[in-house]
Amino acid sequence: MIEMYAALVNRRFWKAVADAGSVPFAGRLLYSFAIAVLANRTGRLIKFENVGLRYGMGPEVLRDVSFHIPKQSFQFLTGPSGAGKTTLLRLLFMSLRPTRGLITIFNKDMAMIEPAELPLLRRRIGVVFQDFRLLDHMTIYENVGLPLRVRGKEESSYQHDVLELLKWVGLGERIHALPPVLSGGEKQRVAIARALIDQPEILLADEPTGNVDTPMAQRLLRLFLELNRLGTAVVIATHDLGLMDQVDARRMILSNGQLEIYE
Amino acid sequence: MPKGAGSRLPRSVGPWKKGTGEKSRVPGLRTLAPIVPNANAASQALILVIAIMSFLACLAVGAVSLVNKSAETWQSQIAREATIQIRPGDDFDMDAALEKARSLAAGFPGVRGARIIGRDETVALLEPWLGSGLGFDELPVPRLVVVTVDEAAPPEFSALRDTIIGSVPNASLDDHRAWVDRLVSMARTTTVIGVCILVLVLTALVLTVIFATRGAMSGSQHVIEVLHFVGARSGFIARQFQTRFLLSGIWGGLIGGGAATVVFLLVSWWAARNIITPEGEQASAFFGDFAIGAGAYAGVFAVIVLVGFLTALTTRITVLRTLRDIDDRRADPGRLD
Ligand SMILES: Nc1ncnc2c1ncn2[C@@H]1O[C@H](COP(=O)(O)OP(=O)(O)O)[C@@H](O)[C@H]1O
Ligand SMILES: [Mg+2]
Repeated sequence: MIEMYAALVNRRFWKAVADAGSVPFAGRLLYSFAIAVLANRTGRLIKFENVGLRYGMGPEVLRDVSFHIPKQSFQFLTGPSGAGKTTLLRLLFMSLRPTRGLITIFNKDMAMIEPAELPLLRRRIGVVFQDFRLLDHMTIYENVGLPLRVRGKEESSYQHDVLELLKWVGLGERIHALPPVLSGGEKQRVAIARALIDQPEILLADEPTGNVDTPMAQRLLRLFLELNRLGTAVVIATHDLGLMDQVDARRMILSNGQLEIYE
Repeated sequence: MPKGAGSRLPRSVGPWKKGTGEKSRVPGLRTLAPIVPNANAASQALILVIAIMSFLACLAVGAVSLVNKSAETWQSQIAREATIQIRPGDDFDMDAALEKARSLAAGFPGVRGARIIGRDETVALLEPWLGSGLGFDELPVPRLVVVTVDEAAPPEFSALRDTIIGSVPNASLDDHRAWVDRLVSMARTTTVIGVCILVLVLTALVLTVIFATRGAMSGSQHVIEVLHFVGARSGFIARQFQTRFLLSGIWGGLIGGGAATVVFLLVSWWAARNIITPEGEQASAFFGDFAIGAGAYAGVFAVIVLVGFLTALTTRITVLRTLRDIDDRRADPGRLD
């Protein structure tokens, strides 16, 4: 499975290199190398500094939260129900703005990001929503291809990738099904596949094991770990302690609006 | 990575065919579903509402165009003629007087020609009122000379009147001015009323299209949000919805406009068929030949274009507003939905 995804990644990479046209090959290689070095220089995708958030006149759901998400890292975001996990993920996905503090995403101050720029930044982030948010009139295959379709790509250019990815999440036989007929675990995996299809630099998953039994939860966890080994940073929000005990990963624990981190 | 021999997938296979369970088989994929969900009850209602409103608007356009054209016809037909009336009298040579009036009028500048209404024709004209078999010679029936006027350069009616009255005893000239004035003002009133009704109908059309479009879109909030979150730009999302609803709008407009066109054609056909009967003649005297002019058909076309434009614009504004709403909520976490 890993090999499959790696091949997928590599094929894309070499295609991109080949597509660059008239630039000499060595130049292209140097360029991509330089980009990689520059990007790695900071080593962090997202940085929170003293972030606070309150809904309306309510209490502060998050207080003085500071942390960063390193490249290619794997972490659990945990805490009791209502602790603010979903809220924190929404901040990470830029669908909420903090009431105070500074958030830096891909080296950009979030307060300075223009609305028109948001879709482009979001394309670098994959999200698995707690309620999946699949489109019911599209098949699994079409749902997973949707992010590429809205980026203006031709179907023929991504057809194969989508089918491969669906096989990878174990839905190779269900590509024609519509979301309403799927089980919770299947929907979960469609949502995951859709989040991954454009190879995001970071994956945010909100309670991805909330709707599935233990074997399926373990399967999904293995899937996230493989993904992480291939280079994607992963943040999993969960209150499932059993799940976290299976992996020795960074834990970000929310309680009373404060965040503690156990490396 | 295993790449099957058939990585190009046949698109023709039906959409709901389930996988067969064979791992090596490359499945057929249906043509991509449209990004905006296909016609649901709301968008069918939208088409229906737009069709009905377009129909009414087109009828209003046609009616106004008909009245307007008839008014012009009345005006020009009546203004094209004047009548010299000669009353009979004792020891009066009617034929000589008629002939004198005719030649005087015909020679007058601005007059195209003059024609005496003969005995038989006069009898025919009077028949509806007096019945047939009447003793024409026993009654003091006035006789008429119809003067055809050059509309472009009408004669000086007062000079013509003075000339005729001065030379022919018992004569008077009716230039139809009173009729023309009355008809013109009536036609103007009718046109103004028609235009007012048209404005009302068009306003109703605009509002209906806007509200029906927004109603049909109310179920699309979820789709807009998902597209937004998977990285679609606002312009892309707006375009998807716009195209879909533009088609609905034009479709509704075509149905309504088409129905109105059929009505116009039926009316024209009916009028053409009935024009030979007395009732038809009366009707055509009032409404011209009932031919619904090119103006009405242009109006139908304009209504369809207007409806299409409105639906597309409303859709675009609604989508962009929904997206701005999502963004506002982003900026203001305290806002509850
Ligand atoms: N849109 C909202 N408006 C007001 N309060 C909210 C909203 N969303 C979440 N909250 C509140 O914020 C707190 C944290 O919620 P949430 O982030 O969903 O927690 P978790 O995902 O950890 O269960 C809860 O007390 C919840 O009631
Ligand atoms: Mg939650």
